[in-house]
Amino acid sequence: MSERAREPATVPRRKLRVATASLAGCFGCHMSLLDIDERLVDLLELIELDASPLTDKKRCGPCDLGLIEGGLCNAENVHTLRAMRANCKILVAVGACALNGGLPAQRNHIDVRDCLQTAYLSGPGVERGFIPNDPELPLPLAQVHPLHDVVKIDYFLAGCPPSAEAIWQFLTDLIAGRTPVTTHGLIRYD
Amino acid sequence: MTTLDLAAMLQRHGGDATRLVQILHEVTAALGYVPPATITELAARLGVSRAHVEGVVGFYSFFSAEPQGRFRVRFSDNITDQMAGSHALCQRMLDAFRLELGEVSRDGLVSIARTSCTGLCDQGPALLVNDRAIARLTPQRIGAICSLIRGEVPLAQWPENLFAIHSHVERRDRILAAVMQPGEGLAAAVARGAAATIAELERSGLRGRGGAGYPTGAKWAACAATPGPERYVVCNADEGEPGTFKDRELLAHHAELVIEGMTVAAFAVGAQRGLIYLRAEYPFLVAPLLELLERRRAAGLLGRAVGGVAGFAFDIELHVGAGAYVCGEESALIESLEGKRGIPRNRPPYPVTHGYRQRPTVVNNVETLAAAALVARDGADAVRGQGTPKSAGTKLLSVAGDVARPGIYEYPFGVTVRQVLDDAGAVGSQAVQVGGPSGTLLAAREFGRRIAFEDVPSAGAFMVFDQGRDMVAVVENFARFFAHESCGFCTPCRVGTTLAAQMMTRIATGVGSRRDVKDLARVAGVMKAASHCGLGATAGAPVVAALEKFRPAFDQRLRSLDVVPTFDLDLALAPAREATARDDLAAHLDEEGP
Ligand SMILES: Cc1cc2nc3c(=O)[nH]c(=O)nc-3n(C[C@H](O)[C@H](O)[C@H](O)COP(=O)(O)O)c2cc1C
Ligand code: SF4
Ligand code: SF4
Ligand code: FES
Repeated sequence: MSERAREPATVPRRKLRVATASLAGCFGCHMSLLDIDERLVDLLELIELDASPLTDKKRCGPCDLGLIEGGLCNAENVHTLRAMRANCKILVAVGACALNGGLPAQRNHIDVRDCLQTAYLSGPGVERGFIPNDPELPLPLAQVHPLHDVVKIDYFLAGCPPSAEAIWQFLTDLIAGRTPVTTHGLIRYD
Repeated sequence: MTTLDLAAMLQRHGGDATRLVQILHEVTAALGYVPPATITELAARLGVSRAHVEGVVGFYSFFSAEPQGRFRVRFSDNITDQMAGSHALCQRMLDAFRLELGEVSRDGLVSIARTSCTGLCDQGPALLVNDRAIARLTPQRIGAICSLIRGEVPLAQWPENLFAIHSHVERRDRILAAVMQPGEGLAAAVARGAAATIAELERSGLRGRGGAGYPTGAKWAACAATPGPERYVVCNADEGEPGTFKDRELLAHHAELVIEGMTVAAFAVGAQRGLIYLRAEYPFLVAPLLELLERRRAAGLLGRAVGGVAGFAFDIELHVGAGAYVCGEESALIESLEGKRGIPRNRPPYPVTHGYRQRPTVVNNVETLAAAALVARDGADAVRGQGTPKSAGTKLLSVAGDVARPGIYEYPFGVTVRQVLDDAGAVGSQAVQVGGPSGTLLAAREFGRRIAFEDVPSAGAFMVFDQGRDMVAVVENFARFFAHESCGFCTPCRVGTTLAAQMMTRIATGVGSRRDVKDLARVAGVMKAASHCGLGATAGAPVVAALEKFRPAFDQRLRSLDVVPTFDLDLALAPAREATARDDLAAHLDEEGP
């Protein structure tokens, strides 16, 4: 690289590729992202979306940034998470479920076997039930886990969901190359 | 198991809700646990909420709202017990009764669990059964205990020699060699006058022996200077720091000196009541202490006009803790004395101004009080003359672990670690944990350092590890201890101690990653900076020290990957595989990922 090209002012800006995923979550964190309202237009100036429930593109290609809501409740979640990790330079856990397991982790004190049996065999109103065993269906893990139990997570954005404000500040920081800091007042659990 | 006349029992306690911890001890002794109906009745009769009583039952590990065995066995789980083979002995007993750890046998006969250090480290492994302690466990002793339990022989009829607690004093100095006639210290204090006694104590340079090393004279002076309708003197005999057993020795064989110190303190600060907070793990000290208090009452050294001093009324009562390490922290201790959960208070205000029942209170360690009695009798110079400039006098060390002669060693402050090791007959030592898990971990190259406030301070523990010991397992034990003992009040400690314990276990069992090592250091930092009390503030210290001094021992255990899953992914699918009877490729997860 020549001297001139390394001058800060001349670094060419390119759009960051961003993937998002919803694992064991309620989609609330994605809704919160959409809640940044008209700033979405600004955001789309800076990023382009890769795989995401918002684009309906399923397979993640090489990305700069991955945002994941929800924890790990089944085998498919683990595969998706690993694919994201393999493709994203920066991986962010978004929301209480991704950070701690959140609401879905309430099932952690129940044995999965009992759970399946009650739901499909012995529960009220179940007649001639059977436990679905199609290989297409992902098997549930014994417990719901936070993302960082399986892969390295680079940043954690707390909240349930994190507010639009917090997501906006986080993303603009990250895109601009500043270490994101979620300051007091931006972390909320509604 | 006997029945319980709650009304009569509460009457003996004056219906006083501040005696709740003592009351729950009696309920547990009679019923084996605290049944929900009893909780309701206690709350009604004491005029407190049910939640309060239930909260207290839930807080202390020696109380339970669920049925326990008629014989409740608790194996001491300090690292020195483990080194002496406690886990194998515990397993032996579990096998004998076909029980899992923490389980109650179906017939309600026996429950077996583990508890933190029971303070018998010089004669471990040890266990507690109901309110009795048994030391020097061997397979034979375990066998004998199993037969006694199986035969449902009441504890009172077990052979007395099972309960013998030995005393191993290996080196005596000023305190352990002292011969004090009852009342001698008090008489000297009275002759000198209250203010001059405190001044003498200040001049002696005596500092607290409970860990923090606060100047004792200044503490007494602050209490005396705080106006109030009544003042209290509290003897901190909680001795919860694993590896510490010197207060046990003092109270077993030099209690006269300790009570003398309390009485001198009461005279000096103008206190009317004294309280001894004795840890529940020392049940064998209860009867002798009560007898001693009776003897002193009979001799006019407690009661009205103590020591013949008109207007000096002072008496002492004994409170027994209930298996919570945090209750050694002085403000948690006071909460516990008041019959509450032992959650540390905000400090300031300190106990000297707002202590027991919000009155000015002196809280001193057992050893501090013994030393203070000697200052009163022998004067400041006698103490000043020993030790180092900032650490006057002598210090009792509880030496245990890989040494030929475990026991109590009293040295003038300033003794080197190496000297202690030599005297105790330690060979090939690789590390010493001074002052217990919340103290200082020293590697062999530091054995020239000195026990003194200006170098290595110590609350008394001195645990020795020889080269055969696995330092990662040692630190894991400490991390588990803190996770178990965190009172749960503040998040940094409640969450941090558990995270640290989980990471230490992962590393110790060979499934940890470099990320665990990094996170351990970070978690320790947060706990140190943000915890509410000293427990959380020091909980990360052994980990940090071990990472600095024994790093290769950690690194050798790590898996090479930077981040590995914290749980076995494929195993986590096993229950669902079983329920669906699937075993296809998609019903499995490999560990390394794509
Ligand atoms: C978690 C924790 C546990 C403690 N345990 C004890 C103990 O068992 N015995 C003790 O004397 N001091 C203990 N302390 C220190 C007391 O808070 C207090 O400083 C001491 O009793 C004061 O007496 P001293 O000045 O005579 O040392 C503990 C402190 C903390 C933070
Ligand atoms: S963190 Fe809250 S909003 Fe986000 S996915 Fe979980 S439950 Fe929904
Ligand atoms: S630091 Fe730990 S022991 Fe102390 S108050 Fe907080 S949770 Fe309780
Ligand atoms: S995880 Fe959604 S409410 Fe907390």
